[in-house]
Amino acid sequence: MSVEENVDRSVLTVTSSPHLKDRKTTQGIMFDVVIALLPAVAAATYFFGVGALITLGTCIAGAFIAEAGVMWARGKAIPLADGSALVTGLLLGLTLPPDLPLWVGFVGGAFAIGIGKAIFGGLGLNMFNPALVGRAFLVASFPVLLTTFRWPTDSGAWMGPEFDAVSTATPLALARFDEVYTPLIELFWGRVGGSLGETSAIALIIGGLYLLFRGIINWRIPASYIGTVMLLAFLGGQDPLFHMMAGGLLIGAFFMATDYVTSPITARGKILFGVGCGLLTYAIRTFGGYPEGVLYSILFMNAAVPLIERFTKPRVFGTGVKANGG
Amino acid sequence: MVAKTFRGGVHPPEYKELTESSAIEALPPPEKVIVPLIQHIGAPCQPAVADETVLKKGDSVCLGEKIGDTDAFVSAPVHASVSGEVMEIGEARLVDGRKVPAVVIESDGEDRPCESIQPAASLENLTPDEIKEIIREAGIVGMGGAAFPCHVKYSPPEGIELDTIIINGCECEPFLTCDDRLMREDPGEIVFGLQAILKATGAERGVIAVENNKPDAIEAMRAAVDGTSLEVVIVETKYPEGAEKQLIKAVTDREVPSGGLPFQIGVVVNNVATAASIARAVKTGMPLYERIVTVSGDVVARPANLLVRIGTPIRELFEYCGGFTEPPARIIAGGPMMGQAVGDLDIPVVKGMSGLLAVSSEISAYHEEEPCIRCGRCVDVCPAFLMPLYAARYPDDEALEYDPLDCIECGSCAYICPANQRLLARIRLAKAEAQARADAAG
Repeated sequence: MSVEENVDRSVLTVTSSPHLKDRKTTQGIMFDVVIALLPAVAAATYFFGVGALITLGTCIAGAFIAEAGVMWARGKAIPLADGSALVTGLLLGLTLPPDLPLWVGFVGGAFAIGIGKAIFGGLGLNMFNPALVGRAFLVASFPVLLTTFRWPTDSGAWMGPEFDAVSTATPLALARFDEVYTPLIELFWGRVGGSLGETSAIALIIGGLYLLFRGIINWRIPASYIGTVMLLAFLGGQDPLFHMMAGGLLIGAFFMATDYVTSPITARGKILFGVGCGLLTYAIRTFGGYPEGVLYSILFMNAAVPLIERFTKPRVFGTGVKANGG
Repeated sequence: MVAKTFRGGVHPPEYKELTESSAIEALPPPEKVIVPLIQHIGAPCQPAVADETVLKKGDSVCLGEKIGDTDAFVSAPVHASVSGEVMEIGEARLVDGRKVPAVVIESDGEDRPCESIQPAASLENLTPDEIKEIIREAGIVGMGGAAFPCHVKYSPPEGIELDTIIINGCECEPFLTCDDRLMREDPGEIVFGLQAILKATGAERGVIAVENNKPDAIEAMRAAVDGTSLEVVIVETKYPEGAEKQLIKAVTDREVPSGGLPFQIGVVVNNVATAASIARAVKTGMPLYERIVTVSGDVVARPANLLVRIGTPIRELFEYCGGFTEPPARIIAGGPMMGQAVGDLDIPVVKGMSGLLAVSSEISAYHEEEPCIRCGRCVDVCPAFLMPLYAARYPDDEALEYDPLDCIECGSCAYICPANQRLLARIRLAKAEAQARADAAG
């Protein structure tokens, strides 16, 4: 075919370089996060029954409807396409206790997107992790509902019949207020009371490793966050493994603190951020009024991100070297 | 042996299999060449012949005759790439869209070389200044893309010693194989060119750097340097390994100072094709009037490596390669990472054009921009250690605080961005603004 008749100048793209594009998309990243959360979703369903799925569903529905409403109001054509509302709804649901009234999850999901994200300008512009904003709102509004936990349905409550077989406290609360220490093996598998997605350490570790393996998250934040908490627990004469697996540390360190939008993008900044989260989490767990501090630690450190980035700007290539130095 | 490298960078698909086994073939000289009077960084040439009379329409020129020159130091003369008659002193469009003065020559089909073109003395009997003069007169500029005049690189300011010459055979751009083929087919010329540069600059260390995805080229270069003090250094296959500052870092572990040039740390980098052109100029007296161009892409019927006269319209390269199997979505002069998309087939081949690509939208689609999710991938890959997402906030003044002037425009940030942000396009604007302000401030 001749060159001339086969070049349609009206369809030739003339943009500036580069002319190649890596295949990874925002949508693909969100999809990977959802896949990484599936083990935790499966564990929640196994331990707390189909009700877990219903709670997750209401959170996602609330997030979707808020996102669609905002997109519609802003005149954007394809809401939900990037999958970020799905991730936010799912993460929020995993931080909630089982058996919530349906409307609570829905309100939380809608708040997470509407107030946590949209009023800042939408995807990429929010200061705080939207799922945690949703949870903070629910904890403040419905403190009793949000702190009522129960044993997993397959129970075989490891502590025996002398304890109430239905309602229980989280392992961190038991340890803090009743000095009852949950065996590590139960924390590992997740046969304990707690929020839907935080109880099974193995499920969260599998998901976290998947994200690391796929290059979705960087090791720096989870390693420095978990490492700091474990080190402080060790120094404080407590069991580091208990502190790692009990409560929301694993889901927080792998899935919440690593949220791109609300964590530092510099390498040193990620370490500082993780250490800060760890210090605050351990301080709240040990000295605060709540048994668990992951939620507020991450939200607090979210606010420090611009400052952290300012102080951890990378050294530009060729600066700090002298000319003709050989 | 562990391949050396720099920090940052990306791994785009290579697409080199399309042409890496295509031996260099000479494109028959075209009937008409359009030779731009500026093909380099620096001052434009004036149409002129050797005795400084003005070149004009109707003049007869021989192959290799100088047809444009200037007294400016940072410049390089241009030469007739065919013998024939000057049709006009007109205009040519360059790949970046500029229209510049150009000499249009109609070939007489005879390829009659100028009688004045004679081999110089042997390398041993030439002084450094004589070698630099031969290189300048031959119009040799960096052929890897930037087209910086070579004799300028070899003449650092008083008091600065050059100690290392790196010949760049990385060819880290996808699709391109012209340097690979040159290393495999004519390694001796590259080595001779490097020896000439070493003599011209007084540098001691001569290095040929090749990415480890070109085993045949590595073997050929190793055989060619056998018995000399020259080294073949293997570098990792990663983009932009062949970027000047990154390659210097990989080979010598020195960093070119911010805002500075390689000579400040005693290094000169030249492309393998540049070295081969220097060898030819020294050995035969022939100036730079042709170069190897990789013609490739998924819609090119018969991708090839062509030896092409400077000034040949790019249309003729595609025609020689059998045209297109389907309408291209993009035509690119150079590689797909740093090359320029063009919309005009009358653009002539110039000294710095290493590739000519025609690709479908499967390879080079147009993507709508989405919101930045601050994933930080641009920061991770930036080989200049910038924070591209912030440097790209232009026209917000904040962008200027994020060192846009240190951007080497490799495009790794825009390549990796999952949100398809036009990072490099906006950083270029920030760069221009920062430069303008720096100039205004004196």
